[in-house]
Amino acid sequence: MKILTIVLSCAILVACTRSTADNHGVYMLLDTSGTYSEELKKAEQIIRYTLSRLDATDTFAVARIDTGSFSEKDIVAKVTLDDRPSAMNKQKRLFAQRVQKFVASVRSSRYTDITGGILQGIEFLNEKSPARKTILIFSDLKEDLQEGYVRDIALELDGFNVIALNVTKLRSDNINPREYLERVSDWQSLVEKAGGKWRVINDLDGLEGLF
Amino acid sequence: MNFLLNITPWPAVSALLWIVFAVTAMYLARVTAHQAIRAGARTLSRTFRIAAKMVSKGRHDLDQRNREVLLAAGREAKERIIEREFDRVNETVRTDLANYPKLHRALSESITRIEEDHQQAVDVPPDPPGWVKAVEAVAKIDSSEGRVGIGNVLSDIHKSLVKAHAQSMVSYRHESGKRHALLRRMRPDWRKIQVTLGHVGKNVDSLLDRSVTIDRHMQEYEDIVSGKDHAVSILSSSSLVQFFVSAFVLLVAIGGATINFSLIARPMAEMVGGTGLIGGFRTADIAALVIIMVEISMGLFLMESLRITRLFPVIGALPDKMRIRMVWITFTILFLLACVEAGLAFMREVLLQDELATSALLRGADAAAAEAATLSGEYYWITTAAQMGMGFILPFALVFVAIPLETFVHSLRTVLGMLVNGLLRVLSTTLRLAGNTFRYFGSLFIKIYDLPLFVPLWLQERAERRNGGKKPSYQGVL
Repeated sequence: MKILTIVLSCAILVACTRSTADNHGVYMLLDTSGTYSEELKKAEQIIRYTLSRLDATDTFAVARIDTGSFSEKDIVAKVTLDDRPSAMNKQKRLFAQRVQKFVASVRSSRYTDITGGILQGIEFLNEKSPARKTILIFSDLKEDLQEGYVRDIALELDGFNVIALNVTKLRSDNINPREYLERVSDWQSLVEKAGGKWRVINDLDGLEGLF
Repeated sequence: MNFLLNITPWPAVSALLWIVFAVTAMYLARVTAHQAIRAGARTLSRTFRIAAKMVSKGRHDLDQRNREVLLAAGREAKERIIEREFDRVNETVRTDLANYPKLHRALSESITRIEEDHQQAVDVPPDPPGWVKAVEAVAKIDSSEGRVGIGNVLSDIHKSLVKAHAQSMVSYRHESGKRHALLRRMRPDWRKIQVTLGHVGKNVDSLLDRSVTIDRHMQEYEDIVSGKDHAVSILSSSSLVQFFVSAFVLLVAIGGATINFSLIARPMAEMVGGTGLIGGFRTADIAALVIIMVEISMGLFLMESLRITRLFPVIGALPDKMRIRMVWITFTILFLLACVEAGLAFMREVLLQDELATSALLRGADAAAAEAATLSGEYYWITTAAQMGMGFILPFALVFVAIPLETFVHSLRTVLGMLVNGLLRVLSTTLRLAGNTFRYFGSLFIKIYDLPLFVPLWLQERAERRNGGKKPSYQGVL
């Protein structure tokens, strides 16, 4: 009888599980360097779109890329959505307002530490351990590190999707397109060697395939 | 294969040798082979025929059982109908005939009043006119007395006559007026009697109609009790009709329950969370389903307690006090659940508006515009009220599912019995057919076996003819 009770209790406990197995973690990096900060209005649209696609128990964080991006201080907003619909809607609205405020008041940074941002994103998402992990990089992918910053660290991107968004062409890219292609290709090989999947989306009207 | 054709240098000769060898072997083993084929065919045929007989017996038993179940169900249903009819008769007799003394008194009073009025209204013969006596007096006047004063007398008589006539006319009119008044007073009494008698007649007619219905039901009941085929046939057809009708109503009820489910499943996520899973299903969905199932169960218990359905004999057999208590308890739970559903329906609308506002905001509209786009709708209250109304009414509507459910369960037993009966009939026929087929296949295989042996068989026939019909000696050996 005792054994039966234990078996039944275990069965009930196993049956009553939370569905965190299919949740999604998204970490978005916003490039605030130089003239690219003018593109941040587009980033706000992407953030809103991402918010609209996320569901209960999903995690979303937006961080800026500046001189030294491997820091929690660079996280502009972060949220793990509640499983109650009303609370979730409230969180989404607050998140959108916070991002709006950030975009309105952002100051451009002198340097661009993309690798530090990715490292921070990996750390953040590994800590939250969602079922699917995505890092969005809203940047022209031109890394510009301040002297003294060490970023030749091997990335651990196994199980990560890395999506570069709105990779704009610089003036020098127009003169020599090879620079642009090599820049994108370098990042792709870096990500894929680290075990991640790489994608580039430049047409922001076609965000349906983002997730 | 080549090996077989290489036993001589010539393949054709090798093949011929093999054929001769095979035919000889088959001929020598012919009797045994025939016996084996016959035995095999007979065994299979008998096995199938025995199986067919067993299935047929099973079908017969099932048929008998179905018949008994059908008759029992029909008897029970008919008893209920007759009981109900007698209840109605009893009710009619109790309500109408209980008033009979009062009715009788009212009728007697009315009749007495009419009689009295009628007596008083009798035409009274007028008094003989006073001038008759005057004429007699004139006639008696002797001639000796002369007839001088006759003229005056006649004149007086005439005057008296006119006066008497006038008086009698007045008196007559007065009496006539009184009589008419009396007759007028009789009219409402007549009407009252007419209405009362009409009412009584209607009741008696109703009782007569009911007695005819009871007679008919009693006749059907007797047919069922005596197990007549006609009664079984009627009950079967009635069961089928009930099955399809109740299945249709249950489908409609399932539709209602689905709507109810969609009304409360979404807001349930607010109570139990939107991501929890139980056995692969969302906890919120299961919670909503449980509420609906509890409502249906309460509905069943309510109907049972009211003795409208008879699915749970235990409830029907409860003492009346306990049963009525149960009615109130189930009704209260239902009412509370209906209130909960109405609240959840309201919550659903609120959540919907909230989601719309959030979506609008995420699409790029500012907060105020998003609020305005959703909540300030002039007709917002209509959908909210409609949803709340549905949330409140549907649980009570689902109560009535108990009635078609009971019919469905009862008729399902008969319909399933009929289906299984049909299947067994088909199986029995198939098995019998297979048995016969194997028997004839045995004969066919024997003929097919003999087909390649036509040469030795022809030689055997020739030998038999030569021996005068006797079989060759080797046959006996074999």
